[in-house]
Amino acid sequence: MLHTVNKSSFERNSLQSCLNTIDDTSVILLIEDGVISAAKNANSPMLADLATQGRVYALQGDVDARGISTKVADNIKLVDYAGFVDLVVEHGTAVSWV
Amino acid sequence: MAIKKFMYLNRKASYGTAYAIESLEVVLIAAAFDQDVSLAFIDDGVYQIVEGQNTDGIGMKNFSKTFHALGDYDINKLYVSAESLEERGLTADDLMPLVYEDEDDDWEEKPSVKIVSNAELTKIMSDQDVCLSF
Repeated sequence: MLHTVNKSSFERNSLQSCLNTIDDTSVILLIEDGVISAAKNANSPMLADLATQGRVYALQGDVDARGISTKVADNIKLVDYAGFVDLVVEHGTAVSWV
Repeated sequence: MAIKKFMYLNRKASYGTAYAIESLEVVLIAAAFDQDVSLAFIDDGVYQIVEGQNTDGIGMKNFSKTFHALGDYDINKLYVSAESLEERGLTADDLMPLVYEDEDDDWEEKPSVKIVSNAELTKIMSDQDVCLSF
């Protein structure tokens, strides 16, 4: 499954809810304000393990818009909109954690 | 018209919601009415003034440049929460170098952004006539 998270983990618990229910093969794509969780910050430990497993993506355009492209945490992969589509195709059912 | 002290509390990042740009518009309106305006950036609001925003990839207007115009509207009190910056792995160096020209000091260019603790912010807020949260 593909899980998209579009809220900042500093503001809502969407990312935490997602992490609470995600299975071992699912991947997370951070979009819109969700990309704030892709930056190195106090909430980085939430995603560190999954990122190490190569299961965390962030949308490049949203990262750039927020001026944090030099702050993206290790092992988080950046994708463009075409990459977003590829993830949807590859992982089947998508869940939006809004 | 009586001049009141207005503080705008910016708590959300730009682009994900309309709060940031709506706040900026109301700030400019208050300035047009010659009010005493100050801005506070707390929580994810600190991302609004991060340097190097590039919105080419999301097809939205990059309104971060508008913050550079605030000095010309006599808006030169921009307070940033030190705790909010720290939590987000950001420092003063990551913020846009916003300045104003001080008419009382031979138009010398001075920084508009001041990083303050939440305790200092509490005091600044209590000194306001109106606080509006976005």
